[in-house]
Amino acid sequence: MKDWRYWLAEQRGTLLALGIFFVMFVIYTSNHPAGFTANVVQTASNKGVLLAFVAMAQTLVVITAGIDLSVGMIFTLTNCLASWLVIGTGIETAFGVVAVLGTGLLCGAINGAIVIYGRLQPIVATIATGAVFFGIALLLRPFPGGSVNEDLADALTGRLFGVVPASLVVLLVVVLVVWVPFSRSVLGRAAYAAGSSEMAAYMSGVPIRRGKFAAYALAGLLASIGGLFLTFFTYTGDAAYASGNTYTLFSIAAVVLGGVSLFGGKGSAIGAIFGALAFRTIGDLLFVFDFDPLWQPLFQGVILLIAVSLGAFALFRVRNRLEWFL
Amino acid sequence: MDGAVPLFRMEGISKRYGGVRALEKAELSVTSGSIHAILGENGAGKSTLIKVMAGVVAPDEGRMELEGSEVTFASPAAANQAGIVCIFQELSLIPELSVADNIVISDPPKRFGLIDRQAQRRIAEAALARAGAADIHPLALVKDLPLSRRQMVEIAKALARKPRILILDEATSALAAADVAKIFGVLKRLRSEGLALLYISHRMNEIAELADQCTVFRNGRNVASYKAGSKSDNEVVELMIGREYSHIFPPKPARVPAIAAPVLEARSLSWTDRLDDVSLTVGAGEVVGLGGLDGQGQRELLLAFFGVLRGLSGQILIDGKPVAIASPAAARDDRIGMALIPEDRKTEGLMLPMTVRENLSFAALDRLSRGGIIDRSAEQRLIDDMVALLAIKTAGLDIPVGALSGGNQQKVVIAKWLMRQPRIILLNDPTRGIDVGTKQELYQLMRKLADQGAAILFYSTDYDELIGCCDRVLVLYDGAVKRELVGAEITERALIASALNIHGDDTPVKQGADA
Repeated sequence: MKDWRYWLAEQRGTLLALGIFFVMFVIYTSNHPAGFTANVVQTASNKGVLLAFVAMAQTLVVITAGIDLSVGMIFTLTNCLASWLVIGTGIETAFGVVAVLGTGLLCGAINGAIVIYGRLQPIVATIATGAVFFGIALLLRPFPGGSVNEDLADALTGRLFGVVPASLVVLLVVVLVVWVPFSRSVLGRAAYAAGSSEMAAYMSGVPIRRGKFAAYALAGLLASIGGLFLTFFTYTGDAAYASGNTYTLFSIAAVVLGGVSLFGGKGSAIGAIFGALAFRTIGDLLFVFDFDPLWQPLFQGVILLIAVSLGAFALFRVRNRLEWFL
Repeated sequence: MDGAVPLFRMEGISKRYGGVRALEKAELSVTSGSIHAILGENGAGKSTLIKVMAGVVAPDEGRMELEGSEVTFASPAAANQAGIVCIFQELSLIPELSVADNIVISDPPKRFGLIDRQAQRRIAEAALARAGAADIHPLALVKDLPLSRRQMVEIAKALARKPRILILDEATSALAAADVAKIFGVLKRLRSEGLALLYISHRMNEIAELADQCTVFRNGRNVASYKAGSKSDNEVVELMIGREYSHIFPPKPARVPAIAAPVLEARSLSWTDRLDDVSLTVGAGEVVGLGGLDGQGQRELLLAFFGVLRGLSGQILIDGKPVAIASPAAARDDRIGMALIPEDRKTEGLMLPMTVRENLSFAALDRLSRGGIIDRSAEQRLIDDMVALLAIKTAGLDIPVGALSGGNQQKVVIAKWLMRQPRIILLNDPTRGIDVGTKQELYQLMRKLADQGAAILFYSTDYDELIGCCDRVLVLYDGAVKRELVGAEITERALIASALNIHGDDTPVKQGADA
């Protein structure tokens, strides 16, 4: 086989998600009353990148064969924090951004420490820390409110050169600065290896713990970038429990749509980004067809079910039934 | 090799697991530029020895020297650092990563702090070529490769670490003949390059072809070292014999007269490359043993009977009638009445956090319930019977089964199946890791069940048990029945010789079961 075939096989999940997104988006814009305009694309991308950041965060943890049920709450917490700190002069705003991102990193690091060094199951550990993060968010913003440096917010949610949504550019920058180095670093490979076969990785002398820790910490960072964007988008902080939970669950859906295996070791954040954008578009599709919004959860659920069922076909090839349970 | 300075030496190495001693003051010295074969039967301490060498297991006592200075290894990585690389029997490859990723996994080439993929690819290609496997594409995912190819990748991975001592633990057992020939060429070249190779294999012909030096292990000790070719196969078997007999077995009945109709029969069972044309019969009242080295298809054979394997070819007959057993639920059904005591009670036999009571009645719930409701008093009666029959020592029926000792846990697994009064009982190495007292109780029980008319198929890695418990023993090698030993033929010598697929005495070799 030629090299490109291997590349294709490796990127299959990502390309499939890209394909789903592309088709959905074409259907969406071609039926949108305003059509394919810079304005429609800008609004769609601003909504999409929020989930994309949280889905990227989820990807990092899922690669290690874990799951992070606190990403939505880190997203909410950093949103509330940003509504206090990302304000004022340029220096003050910059300090606020650093503080918000640092908080996200810290939240992720706490998750990582509990899971890796405390040996708790990821699902339990992150439910607990998620509740803690939400508790802090609620203390920060008992009621929706606060404000944000609007110049910065408008710049990052607006358009560059009148056409390119700035939020997409930020997403691209984050991919280049966070994801690409991670996926090509020894720690990133350790995270993949630990997710695929932790024992084999251990026997090969791979730095499993550091790799997993890096994955959890960076997940916190990425979720906080999402939180920051939510603030730019809404100009306020809001400790909304339902919204945090929704983002957590949608991030898992986006990750699966993006070809990232929940069993670990396989997939990429790029796939998860397309998964997130596709999932968002599917959700909005009903509006352009003038369906009752009541249908949205049902429709989204059916699409998701179909997408994840594709992944189950491998089970038919198993010849030792005990392998079903591995 | 006398005279030469050993590259690596182990002295007085001991290791215990719980009460079981795996190594007892073992010694070994390895010389550069030679291939050193390690021989020994199941549980002789070979695996523990190399795990100690490779930094996987820390010895309880003893010292290791590399080029004359003492070393200790805290982890596999530390052993690698010192130039000791081990190719384990259980593959250490990461399935979702590419071949190249796997080959450089321990120490990837870096550029500006990130993994340099071009350099990684060059290293991988070079290593694959050196392992004689240049046909494997470095970008292929390991999980997409067949087992024999994965083993070649494993060897390439070891070579990429530039070892001075390379340990191969049954490295050829998964390989096709063509690959074996290639690997032998590679190993001989490595020897001429000055590497020390440690070769663990049960294939005597391979050892004869490759090894310069041989060391035989028995009961955790090295009992003999000799120059390869200086001893006959028979002498080697003689060295491996001599397990200490520590168990007392119930008397066997006089040989059961020819069985009219076998209860369980297999005809030409084959499954992937793990089972190869296996035929056998087990009659009522008979205990038939499965022998051979570990991993020769014994486990798969039991799983095949129990309806776990898909794509099985051949026939299974119960009471002379062909049946299709599609699942464990079908196997335990009254018409078949089969029970399997699994090898790993912790994962396949018990639900550890659940209570003793729940675990005991799991397999028999359908018999104890009417209309989906469990008859509590019937359950209690049956449980009481079983606890008494097997003398299960437990603080109560409502404590988690995980709190019991290993021996009592195993009794629970057995009791749970006996509650169904099975006619056919498959046992997969049931005495592994349990105490001597419980073992003896199990031997008694097995005989008692047979006397009551059960057909028993019993796999054990302990030859002693096969000799003590079985009316007949079928020895498996490479997924095929290589030999059948009946009655007085079941000796340690015959078992070891046929497990190694050499014919240590002049008893005729039978293929398959009796006609």
